[in-house]
Amino acid sequence: MTIVHLLHGPRLVVALKGDLDLKSAGELRQALDQLIDRFPDRDLIIDLTEVEFVDSSGLGVILGRYKRLSARGRSLQLTGVRPPVRTVLDLAGIAKLVTISDHLPKSPVR
Amino acid sequence: MTNRMILRFLSLADNVGLARVAVAQMAGQIGFSLSDVEEIKVAVSEAVSNAIIHGYQGREDGWVEVACSVAGDELVVTVEDWGVGIADIAKAREPAYSTDPERMGLGFVFMESLMHAVVVESAPGRGTRVEMRRRARVGALSRDVQ
Repeated sequence: MTIVHLLHGPRLVVALKGDLDLKSAGELRQALDQLIDRFPDRDLIIDLTEVEFVDSSGLGVILGRYKRLSARGRSLQLTGVRPPVRTVLDLAGIAKLVTISDHLPKSPVR
Repeated sequence: MTNRMILRFLSLADNVGLARVAVAQMAGQIGFSLSDVEEIKVAVSEAVSNAIIHGYQGREDGWVEVACSVAGDELVVTVEDWGVGIADIAKAREPAYSTDPERMGLGFVFMESLMHAVVVESAPGRGTRVEMRRRARVGALSRDVQ
């Protein structure tokens, strides 16, 4: 899995490439936790444009980061969700917890 | 069209992708749509992940066997391990039941939602066998009404 981060206004954007499953879950969990700690004031956007497969191992990482961020008053947003990934997100009811958008927010303010 | 495959591999996370891609290739032989195949891949990934995580509990020297057959318009996938087994199958199949707080407990929910039939056989200390079935070419009928 390839994990690339950038700062987008007040937000931290993490773009993922690869399958999000049991194999990649540990590496992704560690990378996201490090970034969340490194940028403690920023909301997180995970860009899934280059992710074609997600299962419950991958969703567990996303949900775990949502819990960590929420506990600190920060938000998590998903963007670039492909149809097969959206099916899995919908089955898990993730949209009730996390904002899912088609594109990154425009006009960063910071 | 009839075809069969048996794939046996060690209980390594690296092999989850191998299993789902192999089954996806078989599913493609009997006319499942691309979106159907993507859903089948998720179900296989869940079953194999369960075998590795729960069946062998982190051991990397256990065997996982994935058998797949296509006959007519039906795909049958079985995922078997010889790990610790499941003490309470009904509880394990409940949504949000998980022994790991980082996991969502959705493995069986996904299998049951994405396949037409799921049968689980398990015995503590002997292992677990999950059989999943799904049919292709079902017209406008949804999974829920078949």
